[in-house]
Amino acid sequence: MSFMKDLQKVLRQNIREYGMFIALFVIWVVFAILTDGIFISSRNISNLLNQTGYIAVLGIGMTLIIVIRHIDLSVGFLAGFLGAVAAIAMAFWEWPVYVVIPAVLLIGLLLGLIPGFLVAQMGIPAFVATLAGFLIYRGAILVVTEETGTIIISNDTFNAIGNGFIKDIPVSFLPELHKVTLILGIAAIVLYIIGELNGRRTKQAYNFDVLPMNIFILKIAFTSLLIGGMTWVLAGYNGLSWTVVVVFIVVGIYNFVSTRTVLGRHIYAVGGNPEAAELSGVNVKKITYFVFGQMGMLAALSGMLFASRLQSATTTAGTLFELDAIAAAFVGGVSAAGGVGKVTGALIGALVMASLTSGMNLMGIGISYQYMVRGAVLAAAVIFDVATRNR
Amino acid sequence: MSNTPILEMRNITKEFPGVKALDEVSFRVQEGEIHCLVGENGAGKSTLMKVLSGVYPYGTYSGDILFGGELQQFDGIRDSEKTGIGIIYQELALVPEMTVYENIFMGHEITKGLAVDWNETIRQADNMLKKVKLDINTAVRVKELGVGKQQLVEIAKTLSKNVRLLILDEPTSALNEDDVDNLFDLLRDLKTQGVTCIMITHKLKEIMEIADSVTVLRDGKTICTLDAHKGEVTENALIKHMVGREIDNIYPKREHKRSDEIIFEIENWTAYDPAVERTILKNNNLNVKKGEIVGLSGLMGSGRTELALSIFGNPEGYHVEGNLRVYGKKQRFNHPQEAINAGVAYVSEDRKRNGLILIQDVKQNVTLANLREIAKRGVVDDNAEIKIANEFKSSLNIKTPSIEQKVVNLSGGNQQKVSLAKWLFVKPNILILDEPTRGIDVGAKYEIYTIMNQLVEQGMSIIMISSELPEILGMSDRVYIVSSGEITGELPIEEATQEKIMHLATRN
Repeated sequence: MSFMKDLQKVLRQNIREYGMFIALFVIWVVFAILTDGIFISSRNISNLLNQTGYIAVLGIGMTLIIVIRHIDLSVGFLAGFLGAVAAIAMAFWEWPVYVVIPAVLLIGLLLGLIPGFLVAQMGIPAFVATLAGFLIYRGAILVVTEETGTIIISNDTFNAIGNGFIKDIPVSFLPELHKVTLILGIAAIVLYIIGELNGRRTKQAYNFDVLPMNIFILKIAFTSLLIGGMTWVLAGYNGLSWTVVVVFIVVGIYNFVSTRTVLGRHIYAVGGNPEAAELSGVNVKKITYFVFGQMGMLAALSGMLFASRLQSATTTAGTLFELDAIAAAFVGGVSAAGGVGKVTGALIGALVMASLTSGMNLMGIGISYQYMVRGAVLAAAVIFDVATRNR
Repeated sequence: MSNTPILEMRNITKEFPGVKALDEVSFRVQEGEIHCLVGENGAGKSTLMKVLSGVYPYGTYSGDILFGGELQQFDGIRDSEKTGIGIIYQELALVPEMTVYENIFMGHEITKGLAVDWNETIRQADNMLKKVKLDINTAVRVKELGVGKQQLVEIAKTLSKNVRLLILDEPTSALNEDDVDNLFDLLRDLKTQGVTCIMITHKLKEIMEIADSVTVLRDGKTICTLDAHKGEVTENALIKHMVGREIDNIYPKREHKRSDEIIFEIENWTAYDPAVERTILKNNNLNVKKGEIVGLSGLMGSGRTELALSIFGNPEGYHVEGNLRVYGKKQRFNHPQEAINAGVAYVSEDRKRNGLILIQDVKQNVTLANLREIAKRGVVDDNAEIKIANEFKSSLNIKTPSIEQKVVNLSGGNQQKVSLAKWLFVKPNILILDEPTRGIDVGAKYEIYTIMNQLVEQGMSIIMISSELPEILGMSDRVYIVSSGEITGELPIEEATQEKIMHLATRN
């Protein structure tokens, strides 16, 4: 049967691209069965997405760092520190929230430029430069929370970022469902299908290889079903949370910048071959500054998402975030050799890791085993990546 | 010479996804001969040698390998080494930070108990160096040696594994003429010691000089095996078999036009390299006129590439003094981008290391240096990119299944064309070509020369750096000769001869 043959061929050729989607799907199905459906309940999925947010954001920034062949170990405690700074600004200095958020993002950007300077200008290995940052920010969190301990945040607007949901239109039609979420979901599916069709037409116009029609339809149906399913599930609870909206905006911007712009192309060129990029007129130093700078800014965002979710800044905020982010990036298919990896992959990677935690929590598996399973999944993802690299 | 084949490869077929790299190739090498394996880039030479050395293990190809009369099924390079086959790749596999003796015995260290026996290692390393006639201290670190000497160390390393068959993949591509002579003396000497040698090469002159027999591959098939002792090996015959057509002239004809408009000039150009704490360029003066090809000749390590880089935005961070003028305007480039903006482009000699981004596709490589041209407000126009890449694919005749093919999968000649396309897309006025035909085959060379001629016809000026004297003489309008960081002479093409250039190139 030629359809099955086509399907096999397409899957084999694109296994790297589809692999993590399939992995995520399998994980969800397995947990759905093992937890008698609790895992895919609206409430749990909604929670899961909110928990993923602050790691996904870091993972996206980390992907670009790893693409240009560096690493950033400082982002976890930097996030924790900046979350505390935001809390202090609101609780003690009484700054308005609309000043605090951009100000903290800006501080993050500036702090990110420090390892950028050390790596680009001084030639210090990123591992060492950011390990220093790791220690410094850890100390900094303790310093700013020394007198007060946990700082409670009482600003409702700020706390809504981590806990709130977008408003619905007040009509009596379909009372059980969140209408705005449904509309957005349908819009997303329509836009996706239009985008795919346009892409296919352009490729055909240039006589490039395109998927066979039946596989193409299958792919569209599968993805639409996934988006539709997610929408349905979320609409059945409180709808889209602000965290998810923030993550989508970040992914949208980063995906656009990394795949469509000159800047993005320069980043991947530096990752692919820094010497060649430099000789092609790409300013490798500037790119390095930029990538570390954006990482600092996303660390600020991550720190605020986390603080908002807890409605407080704690002395241990940010612990192990950097390793979760690195794991998300690698599960998402970034290559340590540089030049390869998508920001959307980091989102999926973060979801995979968060799903494991959530699913195992529901099953009542102890934290000790959870670490081992997550470690094994990370190893498996990288093994898979290496094994399929030369396809 | 005995008449038993030491190696026989029968009906070797090797396929990669979508490509049949080797198609029923047969290859026989007699014991104690120097056998050259030639063919255009992409003909399958390297693939055949990888099959032989076990890089592609038994089972991934079809056909038989007989070595020393026995059927072999290598599962990796260690297996083939044990059997007595040693291979030396074009890119040397030495660890620069380690000493010569450590390198020679790397992977098969001499041990006493659990520890490495360094005294014995050094003694045996000395012996190996004597065998390859290299008179250096084995405690020197490899990075301090020139390429020619590194090559000899590599051979010593391979010989220390007691090989009976030595495979050299383009061993002379990075060597100057003295080193080549040295190497060939060594190979002849090894022959008398019973070591058989397979040499992959592009250089016909070298084949004429050293080969006992020659096998020609084309498009993954064996075309013929020629015997030098029967007079079958001639340049014309080789070229005919390699490209499947006769090339009358390796260098396409072009009128030497004389323009007096100097568009590029350096004066008292001096550079100091803080990394090696040495002045690498001394008081150089050079000018380029509109529409001419200026040859920059010199031996390996004479400072030609350093001169080019110091002009092209100085990415290595030399301390540069002197004047640089483009169209009479005094300039100083602090980054390659500034040089590009001023209309200067540099096609690097090592396309894999610092020319191309191998993991990206053809179109991304072609547009990299001038992305802004096809971008609106920072967003790349994909359609414009595809159009540009396709134009270059057809105008430069880049052989690739699609412009979405990753560059790593292309042959050397086609990679070079992609590299050239990238720099033509920035539409430079002055194009610096550093060894533009290094490691590529005769057919692709001819195409590159033709392109160069078209470019100067259109008014571009070219500075061509080359180690090959025939290339310098065949292509240039004017020649500068560099020796030890100094321009020692300038010759109009009518006065230039190989002897004069060599004389100037070895003056310092």
